[in-house]
Amino acid sequence: MKPNRRDFLRTSGALIIGFSAGSLKMLRAQGPLPGSPAMNQLDSWIAIAADGSITAYSGKEELGQGISTAQAQLVAEELSVPFSRVKLIYCDTALTPDQAHTSGSQSHPANFNHGNLAQAGATAREVLFRMASERLGVPVERLIATDGVIVVKGNESQRVTYGELVQGKKFGLALDAKAKRKPAAEWTVLGTPVPRPDLPDLVTGKFEFVHNVRLPGMLHGRVVRPPSVGATVSGVDESSVAGMPGAVKVVVRKNFVGVVAEKPWQAMQAAAKLKVNWKPGAALPDHGTIHESLRKLPARDTLMVDSGDVDQKLTGTVLKATYLHPYQMHGSMGSSCAVADVQGEKATIYSATQAVWYQKNTSAMLLGLKPENIRVIFRRGSGCYGCNGADTVTYDAAVLSQAAGKPVRVQLTRKDEMAFENYGPAYVIEQRASLDSSGNITAWDHESWSPGLGGRPGPNTPGNIVTGSLLGFQPAAFAPRSPAPSPGAFNNSSNGVPSYLVQGTGTVESGRVLTHAVESRFFTGPLRSPARLQNTFAHESFMDELAARVKADPVQYRLRHLRDARLKEVLQAAAKTANWETRPSPKPGNLKTGIAKGRGAACVLYEGDNGYTALVAEIEVNQDTGKIVVKRMVASSDVGPISNPDGLRNQVEGGALQGLSRALGEEVTWDHEKVTSVDWRTYHSLPLGFEVPKIEAVLINRTEGEVMGAGETSITLVAAAIGNAIFDATGVRIRQVPFTAERIKAALAARL
Amino acid sequence: MTGGAFRRSLLDTMAITLKVNGRVHTLDLDPATPLLYALSDDLRLNGPKFGCGLGQCGACTVIVKGQAVRSCVTTVKSVEGSDITTLEGLGTPEKPHPIQQAFINAQAAQCGFCLNGVIMTAKAFLDKNPRATEAEIQQAMSGVLCRCFTNVRMLRAVAQYGKAAAR
Repeated sequence: MKPNRRDFLRTSGALIIGFSAGSLKMLRAQGPLPGSPAMNQLDSWIAIAADGSITAYSGKEELGQGISTAQAQLVAEELSVPFSRVKLIYCDTALTPDQAHTSGSQSHPANFNHGNLAQAGATAREVLFRMASERLGVPVERLIATDGVIVVKGNESQRVTYGELVQGKKFGLALDAKAKRKPAAEWTVLGTPVPRPDLPDLVTGKFEFVHNVRLPGMLHGRVVRPPSVGATVSGVDESSVAGMPGAVKVVVRKNFVGVVAEKPWQAMQAAAKLKVNWKPGAALPDHGTIHESLRKLPARDTLMVDSGDVDQKLTGTVLKATYLHPYQMHGSMGSSCAVADVQGEKATIYSATQAVWYQKNTSAMLLGLKPENIRVIFRRGSGCYGCNGADTVTYDAAVLSQAAGKPVRVQLTRKDEMAFENYGPAYVIEQRASLDSSGNITAWDHESWSPGLGGRPGPNTPGNIVTGSLLGFQPAAFAPRSPAPSPGAFNNSSNGVPSYLVQGTGTVESGRVLTHAVESRFFTGPLRSPARLQNTFAHESFMDELAARVKADPVQYRLRHLRDARLKEVLQAAAKTANWETRPSPKPGNLKTGIAKGRGAACVLYEGDNGYTALVAEIEVNQDTGKIVVKRMVASSDVGPISNPDGLRNQVEGGALQGLSRALGEEVTWDHEKVTSVDWRTYHSLPLGFEVPKIEAVLINRTEGEVMGAGETSITLVAAAIGNAIFDATGVRIRQVPFTAERIKAALAARL
Repeated sequence: MTGGAFRRSLLDTMAITLKVNGRVHTLDLDPATPLLYALSDDLRLNGPKFGCGLGQCGACTVIVKGQAVRSCVTTVKSVEGSDITTLEGLGTPEKPHPIQQAFINAQAAQCGFCLNGVIMTAKAFLDKNPRATEAEIQQAMSGVLCRCFTNVRMLRAVAQYGKAAAR
């Protein structure tokens, strides 16, 4: 396993953008938390029962992304058994290794490259062969394994099963770093589109989400959140709910307020009736001018790259553009839910958290219990995409259960989910670039402003999310810093550095990337493709502006400034499948009224090292209404060896459409006191039934080399590709997400 | 269970009879209780889900007298005595209903939380409109959300069921 920035990164997507790298390194230095199964022991990962059935343990969970299927495929492959023989247990602090968060498109790299589950599978396979060799008195080279049985080549009567060899005992061995993985050429289970085993239960209502955990004697809790951002409790009149049917308890701790009742409907009514006096917080900044106000706040400045000559090089033909991105939310389909059973000094917690071990540690902090007395068991929640309400509602349930002395289930209201989650942050990005007489880019200057507050709780910061904050815990500290120190080792995990700079995947030698992290009034967190999406929107839009300025074809212009062969190939593959017509934008001959057609492209190496992807979007702009209809999206992907092509396709398709919804309509809104996008009328998601574009996933399979993440590739490119297509269709450049019909119409009206 | 610090009042509840998936249940409920809570809490069904509580997302959908109904904004009193079908009432993992099988065939899920709303809404619509066009299906599904955006596969599964239903 290579220790690298991925481990460093996994502690928090949001912190890395906004806060000190020092605190992140500290988090990482802790490694797996105390009490977790040893990472280097085979028994922590794989057990073989006397009947030959195989149980695998993983610290990477199934959120709906299909990773559990792929992980079971991996174990089945290494051990030469059918997929159905492997049972995978993931993310239970009593049973599974601490692999930190399931996040950052890191599950595949973590468990499929050279360590962890992959190495456990390879180690177990070699151990079984050695045991069989001794038992049968035949050298290992003469043995083959099929279906959980090891036989002597040419004499199949000489055989022994895994169950007979292990007899349900522990291996008692360390992972062997030299154990050989099965080469992709020999795969029969990995690399195939094994169907997801959870679907039959999901489609028939048998599947148990965390929302469906029901414990004996379980009560139902509801939280009463502040009516405005930053409001504090000045008084709670418990008598206001006295005598209500089923009402059991009112719980107040600092600014945390909740009620517990026998039934959900009773808890809802009690929460609505409870009289709480709140002292309002400071007024929120004006929504309409948020981007201007971000620039004026004290900032923590970071130079990601600086060639030192950008100011001198930015002469002659210089283009400048500013791109704006709104706060957006996870907006999970189901509001978040958790069930906690705190009994005296012990607690069992059912949670959809993306980090069971960190949830265990931080719950211990707010319950005043020892971490070793808490067990956190992952149960799937509604799709998360980063940091929705799953952790915060787990704290809610734990605190209410402790107060009530009984198991308590809490599910947030839609409004509480949406008004207090950790949003993907707004961004202001300024780009400047100079061109030489041949149209080549000679220097690129990037400067961004982005607000942050809190983030994932990690192992010891429960104040990073709303419930921890209401209970009196502080979010990660913000320390302004200006000017920025010299750049450290190159790390493009935020994709702040444009692909076309030489430090990354490109050829442009003169470049500077300066980021300003400022404080947010809203909690922020790692919403799918955090910062990478906003930065890539700005880079890939600006690249298109540069191409248009020199009347170059946008794909050819990109290729001309790229040196990474895989990124070039993935872009060419998408262009080829889309029958890309080589010509500059805008499209010649389009009329300025009615429907105008256009196409746009974008590409990126996600996180600088974690997934090559390109996208071509074909759209129609109704120039009378401003409405965009996307007709087709071709998304290419090169993420190394493909474990499950259908699972990968599902991620590429879903990412493309989620990106479309975020590009066209999604935006968090607020007034001077509170968030106002609190349901599906006020936060504008595309529904299931809309004019869904045709989506073609072009999968480049590399059977050699390392796997990369695939969960956040296509989504990263959508806003840029659509913005570029709008320009191609109309000649109008839209530099602000979302591309609402009103915004497009206004821009078209201002067109010369 | 005792009411702890609070007095328990029975004045607000009454016997409510619900017919769910062919079985009759008599429950002691506040008649204003949304049907969803009776189904998921009292009858312990996992199919219908709380997504928004506002009738906006579809996660709680059940079929009442052939119509897709949002159970989070439907009182138990208003459906007393009616035939109520939940996702569990269609088929089982061993013997899925054709529309459920269509979703398995298309591998049409990510997290799966929205599946109840998608399947129940589509079934109610297609059973009444077996020859619906693609545009009509799209329209019928425009009040349902999937935030993982599995639209492509889900609409493919719905179309597959629609074709079979039209035969």
